[in-house]
Amino acid sequence: MKKIVSLILAVLLIASTMVAFSACKKDGDKLVMATNAAFPPYEYKDGDNFAGIDVEIAQKIAEKLGMELEIVDVDFGAVLTGVAEGKYDMGMAGITVTDTRKQTMDFSDTYATGIQVIIVNDGSAITSLDDLFNFDAETGDPVSLKNADIRIGVQENTTGDIYSSDDITNWGFNNLNEDGSVNGEDRVKRFKTGAEAVTALKNNQVDCVIIDNEPAKSFVAANTGIHILEGDNEYAIEDYAICVKKGNTELLTKINQALAELKADGTIAAIVAKYIKAN
Amino acid sequence: MQVWFAKFKADFKLNFIDSARWKWLMEGLGNTLKITFFSLLIGLVLGVVVAAVRSTYDKNKEVMAKHKGVGYYVFSVVNAICKLYLTVIRGTPVVVQLLIMYFIIFATSREDVLIATIAFGINSGAYVAEILRGGIMSIDNGQFEAGRSLGFNYVQTMFYIIIPQVFKSVLPTLCNEFIVLLKETSVAGYVGVMDLTKAGDLIRGRTFSAFMPLIAVALIYLVLVVVLTSLVGVLERRLRRSER
Repeated sequence: MKKIVSLILAVLLIASTMVAFSACKKDGDKLVMATNAAFPPYEYKDGDNFAGIDVEIAQKIAEKLGMELEIVDVDFGAVLTGVAEGKYDMGMAGITVTDTRKQTMDFSDTYATGIQVIIVNDGSAITSLDDLFNFDAETGDPVSLKNADIRIGVQENTTGDIYSSDDITNWGFNNLNEDGSVNGEDRVKRFKTGAEAVTALKNNQVDCVIIDNEPAKSFVAANTGIHILEGDNEYAIEDYAICVKKGNTELLTKINQALAELKADGTIAAIVAKYIKAN
Repeated sequence: MQVWFAKFKADFKLNFIDSARWKWLMEGLGNTLKITFFSLLIGLVLGVVVAAVRSTYDKNKEVMAKHKGVGYYVFSVVNAICKLYLTVIRGTPVVVQLLIMYFIIFATSREDVLIATIAFGINSGAYVAEILRGGIMSIDNGQFEAGRSLGFNYVQTMFYIIIPQVFKSVLPTLCNEFIVLLKETSVAGYVGVMDLTKAGDLIRGRTFSAFMPLIAVALIYLVLVVVLTSLVGVLERRLRRSER
């Protein structure tokens, strides 16, 4: 009796593994997009469905390519790693094109422009970029931090994180000693989502949050007592693109073709306008 | 083979040497060890106190109920508080407890490592308490009776007869709890603490390679656990000497 039971169990186990594996097998007509659905308005969860600019553009691209779109929601870091390793066909998560990223993956043409802005509490001592850095009078480059104990909240592995983790000479928050070594402890607090960084800001656990402009607007709209530094105080300006595995030129060409068509017929502009109200 | 080795070397350089990324791993390891060690201490203290209250109450409640002194009511209340603590802590995930600690209870504090230590300590205390109480309750009642008939009072019986036996029998389970605690601290990154796992995540997010940072982090945890286990093994063997 025991033997029969264990035999049945073994068969069931093998069968379920096979089912599971066959389910993961990539279909030729499926376009798997990796994203981090915590980045409104580019991607977020609306009830059980994914919504946002990236999601809708991806949908249109999949239609053009005659493929079925499948969206995988993972950590932002896992989007990049997964695409670089070929686990997903493409990554679309408000991804900025940087030189380091170009080394390990290929990027499509730009479909949107992202601006990194600074969110602060109302009444904060930080009212402009000048309150963060001391600048060199001649070159205009930052030379030291105004407040050595400042805490910056970011979403981990986003460009906001990468820029602010850099040395002071590159507009980061690593104050440097004369010999070039980092002075003081890590001033960047990295959270899993932007919303958590904003919560920490409201608690005064960080002094400001550096994040993309569009999600920043959503956060400010949803919370009272915080605002974006207006005027000429953007932290950085960057281009968003779709990433694919390095060397996957076939898919990349198709995506670029689709993007060009979507740009030409105004679809992308319409999608962006739907999510981002012009002010 | 040579190609593979060259790629391995390049990957290693990209993930650990470039931009001094190994420093993150070191900082993360330091924070992981700090959080684990101090939350272990908090957990032990809390666990001993709660286990003492719970087992003393369970063993003496009939006697105390007969006298109906003030002590009985005080003990009942303290015991109920301990039970509530165990229920809440063991009934909720540690990540949620950590987030509550950081974003609600200590919402005005910037000491994220300290907050994480307290959260993990309080969490561990509940498990340690139940391990110790289980150990105390598993000692045959005859041992208590023997102690009492030798003229020891309750505390003396506990201290000289019960606790030494309990210590030996719960040591493996307690060690297991410490190993779990060490690995559980890997969620500290949720509140912005740079622990070992977070350090690996950050390297991964910047180099986009999964293999090197993940395997490195896994190996470091493994080495820590192996060292911890072997230390407890030595202690266990020394305690067993009295059995011969």
